[in-house]
Amino acid sequence: MSGRDAAYPPIGDYAIIGDCRTAALVSREGALDWLCLPRFDAPAIFAALLDRRRGGTFAVRPTAPFQATRRYLDDTNVLETTFTTDRGRVRLRDLMPVASEDDKRRALRPDHAVLRVVEGLAGEVEVEVVCDPRPRYGAVIRSAEDRGPLGFWWTHGPEALVLRSEIPLRPDPHHAGVRGRARLGPGDRRVVALAYAHREPAVLPVLGDAAEQQLGETVRWWRGWVARCPYDGPYRGPVIRSALTLKLMTYAPSGAIVAAPTTSLPERIGGVRNWDYRYCWLRDASLTLRALLDLGYEDEARAFLAWTLHSTRLTWPELQVLYDVHGGSRVPERELDHLEGYAGSRPVRVGNDAGRQLQLDVYGEVIDAVFEFVRRGGRLDRTTGRMLVGLGETVCRRWREPDEGIWEIRSGRRHHTYSKAMCWVALDRLIRLSQGGHLRAPVERFSRERDAIRAEVERRGYNPRLGSYVSVLDGEELDASLLLLARYGWADPADPRLQATCARVHERLGAGGLLYRYLDPDGLPPGEGAFGIASFWAVDCRCRQGDIAGAAAAFERLCGLANDVGLFAEEIDPDTGAQLGNFPQAFTHVGLIDAALTLAQHLGQGAERTLAGPVGRIESSS
Amino acid sequence: MNVGAVFLWGFVATIVLTTVMTAAQGLGISRMSIPFMLGAMVTADRDRAPMLGFLMHLVNGWVFAVLYALAFESWGRATWWLGAGIGLVHALAVLVAVMPVLPGFHPRMASEHRGPEPTRALEPPGFLALNYGYQTPAVTVLAHLLYGAILGGFYRLAG
Repeated sequence: MSGRDAAYPPIGDYAIIGDCRTAALVSREGALDWLCLPRFDAPAIFAALLDRRRGGTFAVRPTAPFQATRRYLDDTNVLETTFTTDRGRVRLRDLMPVASEDDKRRALRPDHAVLRVVEGLAGEVEVEVVCDPRPRYGAVIRSAEDRGPLGFWWTHGPEALVLRSEIPLRPDPHHAGVRGRARLGPGDRRVVALAYAHREPAVLPVLGDAAEQQLGETVRWWRGWVARCPYDGPYRGPVIRSALTLKLMTYAPSGAIVAAPTTSLPERIGGVRNWDYRYCWLRDASLTLRALLDLGYEDEARAFLAWTLHSTRLTWPELQVLYDVHGGSRVPERELDHLEGYAGSRPVRVGNDAGRQLQLDVYGEVIDAVFEFVRRGGRLDRTTGRMLVGLGETVCRRWREPDEGIWEIRSGRRHHTYSKAMCWVALDRLIRLSQGGHLRAPVERFSRERDAIRAEVERRGYNPRLGSYVSVLDGEELDASLLLLARYGWADPADPRLQATCARVHERLGAGGLLYRYLDPDGLPPGEGAFGIASFWAVDCRCRQGDIAGAAAAFERLCGLANDVGLFAEEIDPDTGAQLGNFPQAFTHVGLIDAALTLAQHLGQGAERTLAGPVGRIESSS
Repeated sequence: MNVGAVFLWGFVATIVLTTVMTAAQGLGISRMSIPFMLGAMVTADRDRAPMLGFLMHLVNGWVFAVLYALAFESWGRATWWLGAGIGLVHALAVLVAVMPVLPGFHPRMASEHRGPEPTRALEPPGFLALNYGYQTPAVTVLAHLLYGAILGGFYRLAG
């Protein structure tokens, strides 16, 4: 990067902390540059990620030039950054406190807080704190109000932000924030804590021993959560980091899972492919659900299914592509003109018009997720069964229509092969659920439609000249979703058509061990990176087709492309390895988990992908 | 004293007062939440505090309704504007006298002088409860005017 872009850290320089209701991105320089409160899709209070000048930041860092190394404390989402300067070393621990319900009953605590604990390790290092919140994505600038021992306050409408610090702070003459410095020697520890209140009196953040106690509680909570995962196979490190990241994208009050905690991080630096991913895509969430189920997290799976059944009521028997975390179906897209965008990548969008698209594959993904839930011992009540059958009726009625497809193409509807195949999956799973006595479906009619879909895909979705299934019926293009056909049981992975498709997709879309999702024009300027999850699908596909060693090598190469703390964005630049797009991206981490478990299964190392015990009952919220 | 009227209209007036103040929270006019503040006196559980606080607030509403009724009986008349007048005095007393000293007897409220402690972390209201938003005094006065007006307007003198 150069010029103005130089001010923006690479996307991969960020790490995530969160409290399962919202999440913050912290850079390698100790700057918290992104935080939306009180939930993922609320307006950002710190948005320097999208505008260094206007967005607002909260930094804790040495004043002298430094080198930084980072890690998460083992099996937690507590980030630790160690800064090394010429004069010494300091360690910064960043977290959003979480606690068990028992711990929460013992003392009042802020609804949302960020705790930053900085400690001298060696020599003497001067550390500075800068806190400059800018509510409403930087559109509002409020001066800090000094309330003495109660800290510095920024209030805006129903919101209050409180900063307390063991490093003395004073209003910054250069902006509306506050600033302070302190010299730390070995063992010197200072806490800087931020709390947020919305529509109620604030609960103030604590410092000193009480802050240490919250850090301890948070570490215990995350380790307790990780301990619930029985997976002990190969690649446990990246699998657990991915699971922890997915958990951070779970909106605990409703069970929804967002696609990513950010908006408008560009798929091409300086480009226009900048989208808001802070919503729950049924497709992504269904795949996330399967990954969590595979890892033994039944509570999260149950919560998500309950959310799905609740949130889709307003649109039933149609499924919308995405919903907000409380199941709201209106997420209109608009542009924030006052922000320059990450490294000048405009526009910055909030909301997402993909919600109005028709993506028929979603029916297959949701119903398959429910099928997996039942296969592991979950039970459906009668209302839920009726609701699922209603979705099947919609599939029967609409599968012949063109749609925007899994990649949300904005240049018009087409007959996507993968969408048709997933309609087949939807009806196939409903028929099997009906035959298993879990619901009552019109099996004969569903079977007739299912077979018709299959015949259509085999006739028009396979191109004999190419020797491959193709993206659209009667087409010539290929895309990475075709790799999923084996995974969803369209045919045996050893089927010659599937094997040939896998090979063709690799040939045409592969780049340096990565895979583009597609390369054909989509109505937007070209130039996006290789697609993270597609690259993991390729590993999965290769593994299912028997090339275990090749798949393992490819998987390890892919894991090497994660950032220094194991996180992936949506896309990766095949030339530079740089992370591109919203970050971190649930979809990519789902791909990692899936590929790792498939590898483990084929290596015979403890990843039987059917859980031992029943996972309970899912009930409609009628 | 007309006990039935105190019970009925005290209940209605308290519900209206609570509704006005909760609506102000929802509309972003004020962060004051009397149920949360009262409930936090007896529990640190954030989920239970507003519920317990609401019950405490309801009882408070009845207690104050008795005082309002005693005033009406002593004057030998009850009108909406007399009730609203008492409500105005009531609101000013709450804002000027009670709110600033609340940290002194609220076991979980921080003090503006000593700052928060691990067990006392709730934001104090400050003078006129202005910490909860500069429109909080207006909302509080409006809610108490309605409370008093309802009691005064619907209360019927005993005998």
